[in-house]
Amino acid sequence: MGMTITEKILAKAVGKEKVVPGELVDAKIDVVLCVDVTTPPAISMLEEKGIDKVFDKEKIVVTPDHFQPAKDIKSAELHKRLDGWAKRHNIKYYYKLGRAGVCHALLPEQGHIRPGEVIVGPDSHTCTYGAFAAFSTGIGSTDAAAAIATGQLWFKVPASIKIVLNGSLGPGVYSKDVILAVIARIGTDGALYKAMEFVGPALKDMSMEARMTITNMAIEAGGKSGIIGFDDVTKQYLDEHLKDETDYIVYESDSDAQYDAAEEFDCSAIEPMVALPHLPSGGVPIGECAGKEMDQAYIGSCTNGRIEDLRIAAKILKGKQVAIRTLIVPATPSIWKQAIDEGLFDIFYESGCVIAAPTCGACLGGFMGVLAAGEKCISTTNRNFVGRMGHPESEVYLASPATAAASAVEGKLADARRYLNNE
Amino acid sequence: MAKAHVYKRDHINTDEIIPARYLNTDDQIELASHCLEDLDKDFVNKVNEGDVIVAGEDFGCGSSREHAVWAIREAKVQTVIAKSFARIFYRNAINNGFYIIESPDALEKINDGDEVEIDYKAGLIKNKTASIDISFNPLPDFALEIINDGGLLEHITKRTTD
Repeated sequence: MGMTITEKILAKAVGKEKVVPGELVDAKIDVVLCVDVTTPPAISMLEEKGIDKVFDKEKIVVTPDHFQPAKDIKSAELHKRLDGWAKRHNIKYYYKLGRAGVCHALLPEQGHIRPGEVIVGPDSHTCTYGAFAAFSTGIGSTDAAAAIATGQLWFKVPASIKIVLNGSLGPGVYSKDVILAVIARIGTDGALYKAMEFVGPALKDMSMEARMTITNMAIEAGGKSGIIGFDDVTKQYLDEHLKDETDYIVYESDSDAQYDAAEEFDCSAIEPMVALPHLPSGGVPIGECAGKEMDQAYIGSCTNGRIEDLRIAAKILKGKQVAIRTLIVPATPSIWKQAIDEGLFDIFYESGCVIAAPTCGACLGGFMGVLAAGEKCISTTNRNFVGRMGHPESEVYLASPATAAASAVEGKLADARRYLNNE
Repeated sequence: MAKAHVYKRDHINTDEIIPARYLNTDDQIELASHCLEDLDKDFVNKVNEGDVIVAGEDFGCGSSREHAVWAIREAKVQTVIAKSFARIFYRNAINNGFYIIESPDALEKINDGDEVEIDYKAGLIKNKTASIDISFNPLPDFALEIINDGGLLEHITKRTTD
């Protein structure tokens, strides 16, 4: 019986020829991500237990992002704890304010993600890095403390399910629409505890940015990880972004690997999707919800705050005025710079948007665009749970940057294709 | 006397258990004062030490925030009984030495306010009010080892010093 790419990566991480789903393993960790909300508690735990050490100061990547720049005194205290610890241990890759960004956009961009590796971080969207043929998964603070101190972590080897993406995306349809369609079909626990392996011809045409949007939301289907195989697109991105260590191992699933299930999607038939409140599985085609009035549009986050996303939004917003509050949040400083260089900021300014500093911010109801009772937000983020972006009686509608931008212009849920076709 | 707080809901997520607006602190007592706030505003007023939460599928889905486990534990809840748990919440509970129970039938057999008693070793939830016993599969051995050591860090420390 063959092995899946996920099983191969985990087997390597435990120094074995083979692992099987359900097997409990102690895996060697290649990269530990540290962020501001969940790492400070890990630091305190390690200090309290008298094991204040790091397994490798070059394999820990630190960036404040959730509440940075500090939104209030308490979050400033969290940042202070993170900062003191990172400096004390001479963490090599510590991205301070000015270079800090939304972690899951920052780490690949700064060349910290390599195929075949095991990456963990105390943020549920750590599954994003699977787009690079790596095993990556979100963990809690105690796990993070253990990983920081020992470079090892326990895992149950996940069974895999195969998500086959056939066909190709139509105009105005993006990878966000694909993943919303996938979650709408399989549900928020459709991949519970499992590795979601995305395969199929539709991926070929997708950039790494677009692929990251897909693996980013594996957790919204309950997945332990999301993973996409290596190809020329992966290689080109890595050639452009890897810095110090440029070698890596490419694994691929055997043709006789075992899967718990397979779900096929005809991407040519997928329409722009909107996930209605209050679950990410609430996706419906835009035709079924267009016209619903919104109060705010939010374009950013680890799901859709990358340069490609900003370009799509700018294309639609160019020469138009937004009808509702619209926030653009470039995910990292270099995305911010690139957006300026490409003239996108001018377009956003002219159309009446505000541009915020790189932060997770309002995606999780932190700051920079929090919603009042009864308000509705069309958002390019990943969750629309009750109270996710603010008041428990507010509502979040998840969609692609194109749909968010078109909805910003109309002040209600809108089909972006009409703007793209008029070029 | 342990009372059951029953929520006939699937997908009770971490944003409902502890909203992100409170994540600017990791003070567990403060977190506990907002436990389940966006699901049941009154929960913190009615919960007593040793009570249990009973819910449907996919409990704790969403964020990796361990704050969700801390809020529940510091609210002095004895355990959460759910049809299934989201994986990071499940990990976080074990890593904190907090025993959680997976049971396919508890939600149907326990009503809000029922008095329950749990025999962890035997894998038995006794609903005293309805006079029924509900069996459950105890956690796997590796999880019990971590829980018996008092959590993952204690487990690791013990293992490396043994």
